[in-house]
Amino acid sequence: MRYRKFLRKLFPFLLTLPVMFFIFFPILWLLSASFSTQVELYAVPTHWIPQHPTLRNYLDIFFPNLAASTVPRTFAVSLWNSMRIASVVTVVCIVIGSLAAYAIVRIPFKFNRAIHLGLVTTRMIPEVSLILPLFIIASGLKLINKPIVLVIVYMSFALPYAIWMMAAYFQTIPIELEEAARMDGCTRLGILFRVVMPISVPGLVSTAMFVFLVAWDEFFYALIFTSTLAAKTVPVAIAEFVGRYAVNITGMMAGGILAALPPVILAFIFQRYIISGMTAGAVKG
Amino acid sequence: MTTIATSHPKQRLSLRKQDARFAWLLLAPSILIILGVTLWPIISTFILSFFNAQTGLNQVRTFVGFGNYIEMLKDQTFWDTIGRTLYFTVVSVGLELILGLAIAQLVHSHPWGWKFLRFSLIIPWAVPTIVNGAMWRWIYSADFGALNGLLMQLGLIKHYIAWLTLPNMAMPLVILADVWHMMPFVALILQAALATLPEELDEAAAVDGANAWQRFWKIRIPLLRPAILVALIARTVDAFRVFDIVYIITNGGPASKTMTITYLTYLNTFSYGKQGMGAALSFLISFFVLIMAFVYIRVLYRPEEN
Repeated sequence: MRYRKFLRKLFPFLLTLPVMFFIFFPILWLLSASFSTQVELYAVPTHWIPQHPTLRNYLDIFFPNLAASTVPRTFAVSLWNSMRIASVVTVVCIVIGSLAAYAIVRIPFKFNRAIHLGLVTTRMIPEVSLILPLFIIASGLKLINKPIVLVIVYMSFALPYAIWMMAAYFQTIPIELEEAARMDGCTRLGILFRVVMPISVPGLVSTAMFVFLVAWDEFFYALIFTSTLAAKTVPVAIAEFVGRYAVNITGMMAGGILAALPPVILAFIFQRYIISGMTAGAVKG
Repeated sequence: MTTIATSHPKQRLSLRKQDARFAWLLLAPSILIILGVTLWPIISTFILSFFNAQTGLNQVRTFVGFGNYIEMLKDQTFWDTIGRTLYFTVVSVGLELILGLAIAQLVHSHPWGWKFLRFSLIIPWAVPTIVNGAMWRWIYSADFGALNGLLMQLGLIKHYIAWLTLPNMAMPLVILADVWHMMPFVALILQAALATLPEELDEAAAVDGANAWQRFWKIRIPLLRPAILVALIARTVDAFRVFDIVYIITNGGPASKTMTITYLTYLNTFSYGKQGMGAALSFLISFFVLIMAFVYIRVLYRPEEN
């Protein structure tokens, strides 16, 4: 009996091993390669763990002025650009989006459903269908290569996403709370800021995380709207170097690891919000 | 609220009006932004799709009616591209669903270390799309790639292979990269759904003599339908308009073998200078995506038959 129970535990455990290998082999190889020298990267047979590990690739990005190639400098600046742009997008979306979401789910007026459905639809429109008119306007206003243009165009997917997630969250708040506050003579505005917002902090936090992730991840708009270091984001920097010969590949790998770090850390911290967020925001904009 | 409403009809009206005004105030910033960055551009794109709009040396803009659409539908390149896009979508979403479901079931059976496994699934999903693409491009590299290194050490190949130049390998390799990135998303959604299913049903069926296989297909799968559909909608809509991962791993090559519909649109609009054609193509993508989403939503919200 104990023997059978042991087998019943052992068999699924053995199945997890290939899954673990599939998940970790690519990312651990990238991590290991980012600590090796350019010469060692090309070693045959492959050195899975660098024999002469170096921090050079990371130090170059943190201290780009001392670096020999332009790759680390591009990464240092573009990481900073990505950070700024994604943060501003997150703040704007949370403030504007949560107000809109509240109106949609909790204030009865004629167009709740129409607006909600309209938002669901807009977030599915592919970027490629919007980009040309936006690009023409942005060129006319001399906004190309300015971080603000990315903040504005990122609204097209980030804002509906934030509204959609916050709407799903507000729906879970018991309406009795608001009714009670209203009986006590609280105004709509008072209810929103004194009752609803304080108990919605978990929803706001997880929405903020998801908006930050999609803004950090975005590539297509950034590719078209930025080409200089003034606004170039990390994905554009990576795309620019990948595929060229004789550039600092291990340096780029370190850049890739650093670009992956903020989302992975955020996902680690907010683990328990991820599943609900994924389900609420499943149809990505 | 209803008691107040019926006793003071006048106050109720004014409250309603106040409510509506407040709602519009809260919605105004969002609606204005969305009108500006979504609605206006999509309408402009639609209008542009009826023009022959060339940029560059022979800059023209003439009204051609459905000319772009007709030209597009007559073009073999377009149909080949649609075929490849469907190939990518069906195979990658199919694999992600099958593997995702299997792994969700595996996590649900709580083997040793299942919490670690569940956490590990978050990592590929959190890695940015472009970093994921670059990583796989390096893995497939002909000079230093981990794939060559691994196969060589296992004795499966004698010399390094330039994987991404092999016409029939490029698309499967792009799909593999996409599966690594997005399969965990499906697995996590389905695992969360599995965790909410009542255990009793399963136990009752076991008592009645249903084996594990029957319990899985006859009980869990039907109960999981909403979660499966959510994952399916999200992945299909995303996969159909794939761009980033193709751009970074293969640039549409070799010999257009990984050229998908969004990539073709990008080339028309920004490289070939055929903006009208690009607009027509992109409008078609939107149309397709919205139809798919509509069908799925209808299926998802269909009232249960039994």
